[in-house]
Amino acid sequence: MIYLQLFLTFLEIGAVSFGGGYGMISLIREKVLTYGWLEEEELLNFIAVSESTPGPIAINMATFIGSSKGGILGAALATLGVVLPAFCIILLIATVIRGLLKYAGVQAFLGGIRPCVVGLILGTSATMFLSAVCHFKTIGGGFAFDWRALLIVAAVALFASLWKKWKTKKPSPILMILVSAGLGMLLYSF
Amino acid sequence: MLKKLLKLFATMFKIGAFTFGGGYAMIALLENEFVTQKKWVDKDEFLDIVAIAESTPGPIAINMATYLGYRQAGVLGSACATLGVVLPSFLIIYVISLFFDAFLSLTLVANAFRGIQACVVYLIFSAGWKMFKGLPKSAFNTVLLMITIACMVSFSIFAVKFSTVFYILISGVIGLCAYLIGLAHKKGAKK
Repeated sequence: MIYLQLFLTFLEIGAVSFGGGYGMISLIREKVLTYGWLEEEELLNFIAVSESTPGPIAINMATFIGSSKGGILGAALATLGVVLPAFCIILLIATVIRGLLKYAGVQAFLGGIRPCVVGLILGTSATMFLSAVCHFKTIGGGFAFDWRALLIVAAVALFASLWKKWKTKKPSPILMILVSAGLGMLLYSF
Repeated sequence: MLKKLLKLFATMFKIGAFTFGGGYAMIALLENEFVTQKKWVDKDEFLDIVAIAESTPGPIAINMATYLGYRQAGVLGSACATLGVVLPSFLIIYVISLFFDAFLSLTLVANAFRGIQACVVYLIFSAGWKMFKGLPKSAFNTVLLMITIACMVSFSIFAVKFSTVFYILISGVIGLCAYLIGLAHKKGAKK
């Protein structure tokens, strides 16, 4: 029942992803790796495509993962799943509980979630770094250092900071993805 | 009514099709469309909607579309606006997903994507770092953030299964408890 699984998984992701953009990346990663839907490398590819195409990343990721696991029906159900919680909650707020966010208790609850989400994103980037650059997943698993990947991470970081100095704003993610694509072709082909 | 629904759908479709980079990039476009040009909501209400979108779960674009759609044309308006903002993403990604594997089987493309994978790790880190800098500096935030990172990385290394959902719920409850304790203290001080 891949269809039901896709729908329920993305329903869960949609219901607890706070903070927009990469807020749901830790949960998506956990789910796709646990179910064996994607490898770490495939997940990173999907994120790159989602980032380089228009539209919210969460929707792009849901459609992409849904389509790769269950064709067009899978894509539709995963996307519906990720949209539905936000849609219902906002409708509730707009109709019945307009002042919901004004309650101090609700604010306190959200105040606890905020630093947690930032921690989850930073933690995810750390474990992804270990997995993508060192091919290290768990204690006792393999370890293979990939100097090219490390070089690319360093080059991209340097590029971003230099660009920020000259142009006074960050380069767009698409530009950085293009730069790293060029570096990847150069370093891995020869 | 039908005209309004169509207009909502078309406006959101346009925004969904042309915003790269998700949530925050979209807010600027929505403001331009709904506040400056169409004058469907005023500036203050728009800021309220942004605050609501940021504090409720789900993609910010969906939250905004649902709310703006509701304000214009009720539940049906919500549905049209949300469908409009989702559809471009859905179609584009679906078409890409059909060809992606064939595309990746080219050696040069596969090599390019190995470079891109390294870049995505950096992009996620830099998104997290930006959010970290935007977080109000308080002992509460710092401690919660550090504990989350430490737990996540060590659980992952030692292959302990602990769902992300629990982190979010537990930290929400901690936030609530901190508030209640603070409240009790204040009451105690007054007496």
